[in-house]
Amino acid sequence: MTHFVKKALADIRSNRFLNLITIITISLSILVVSVFLLFFENASRVIESWNQGGRAMIYLAKDFNPDHLPELKARINAMGEIDEMVYISKTQALDQLKKNMSSQSTFLKTLKENPLPDALEIRMKSYNSFDEVQQFAQSIKAIEIVEDVEYGQGWLGRFLKIFNLFKITGYAMCSLFFLIALFITANTVRLAFYSRKLEVEIMRLVGATETFIKAPFYVEGLLQGFFGGVMGLAILLVTYLIVASGITQNLASYLYFDIKFLSIKMIMLIIVGSTFLGWFGCYLSLKQILK
Amino acid sequence: MDDKNNKNSIIRLFNVSKRYGGKLALKDITLDIEQGEFIFISGPSGAGKSTLLRILYLAENVSEGQILIDGMNLARISSSKLPLLRRRFGMVFQDFKLIPNRTVYENVALVLEAAGEKSSYIRKKVMQVLRTTGMDKKFKALPPTLSGGEQQRVAVARAVVGNPSIILADEPTGSLDSKSAQAVLDFLMEYHKKGATVLIASHNLHLLESTVRGKNIEIRDGMIERTATML
Repeated sequence: MTHFVKKALADIRSNRFLNLITIITISLSILVVSVFLLFFENASRVIESWNQGGRAMIYLAKDFNPDHLPELKARINAMGEIDEMVYISKTQALDQLKKNMSSQSTFLKTLKENPLPDALEIRMKSYNSFDEVQQFAQSIKAIEIVEDVEYGQGWLGRFLKIFNLFKITGYAMCSLFFLIALFITANTVRLAFYSRKLEVEIMRLVGATETFIKAPFYVEGLLQGFFGGVMGLAILLVTYLIVASGITQNLASYLYFDIKFLSIKMIMLIIVGSTFLGWFGCYLSLKQILK
Repeated sequence: MDDKNNKNSIIRLFNVSKRYGGKLALKDITLDIEQGEFIFISGPSGAGKSTLLRILYLAENVSEGQILIDGMNLARISSSKLPLLRRRFGMVFQDFKLIPNRTVYENVALVLEAAGEKSSYIRKKVMQVLRTTGMDKKFKALPPTLSGGEQQRVAVARAVVGNPSIILADEPTGSLDSKSAQAVLDFLMEYHKKGATVLIASHNLHLLESTVRGKNIEIRDGMIERTATML
């Protein structure tokens, strides 16, 4: 293995310009992908924070009898892990409303009957996504005594539609840049191979196996991918540190939320992905040349 | 076919023909080469000498016929086993076929690296062979900086470093002056004395007759015209 790494490094040195162009191309592609991932990671966290930690209001039907409350609570508890469940009767709700609207509560006094429903406010013990909350709310809604479940699905749903549109655009852009990087990597390997055609021919004549011949090319592809990934992330980090800190301060006052850099897991994933990209470009090229 | 195999035969050709498009480069060649023989394949340019060697070192497939190397039928050898078979050959070419951007040492070491030898053994063996061919002082040199004679000595060193049992040399003295050509042939003769089978294809019959003791196979128009022993 040491031999192959040494050989690949020597080949990279002897074709410095070509390899540098490839690494820069990979790094720019990784940069574009990382920008999207940074946006998605933070946007997801914003959505989660707006969802107020997995809270939902369960509005009960008008004919709900509080005597059935323990039974209802037991049914909801059985559906998922509930951290907190508070019953708010329609009287309590109206009192609270009057308190909140103390200056404009005159019209509330004119009401002949309480229009508010009995409700249960719940908070899930753990949730990973908005989808999970949505799914849980749907199952609660299926209970016959439940009139409606409110978990911010209105405006949050609309926001999610826009977010998903961005996601699709992001996927398309990432795929495009992935293909560009793959094409460039494959072509670099192809050029490197043709520049070493005599070497490959001689290797074959002296009894080298196909693995022995191909291994330095694969190592070269892996190194290009790895360094391209690291460089792309480094550019993103520097840009983030310079630009994003100011934006974070401004946004924080509106969102009560810090914009964070990519998670370690995502960074690892990007580096593994770019290394794979280098390898895959090499694989495609050698497969075509040596078929 | 195997039951006909002579005990001492290392290379056997049975009715071998090679066709390029419609043109026959080799026609119905049947040949039996014994272990330790020194064979000189002569004939004019285009006679089929190089084609014969290319077939033997597996750079080309035969169009018809069969070849046995040490009892192994080449037609039945899987592609994964080809490298192992090639390691039994040492090859010398007229144009040397050295890797220009690798040093003399690296060019020779390549054979042992490809065979998966340990680096300590490679260092020792390569330097030993380079000493024998008189190229040890230039082990760091790149091939383009060497003379033709020196390059061919490096190529010969590469051919023998893996201790192959067969040496195939295609016009090894073709681009050398008489002194360098003599040095290369002397070295091949020395290696032959250790028990190796050596096949040299060349049109320079005069030089070989004055140097080589062995069998001369004359090829003309892709066919064996005559076989004679050179004393």
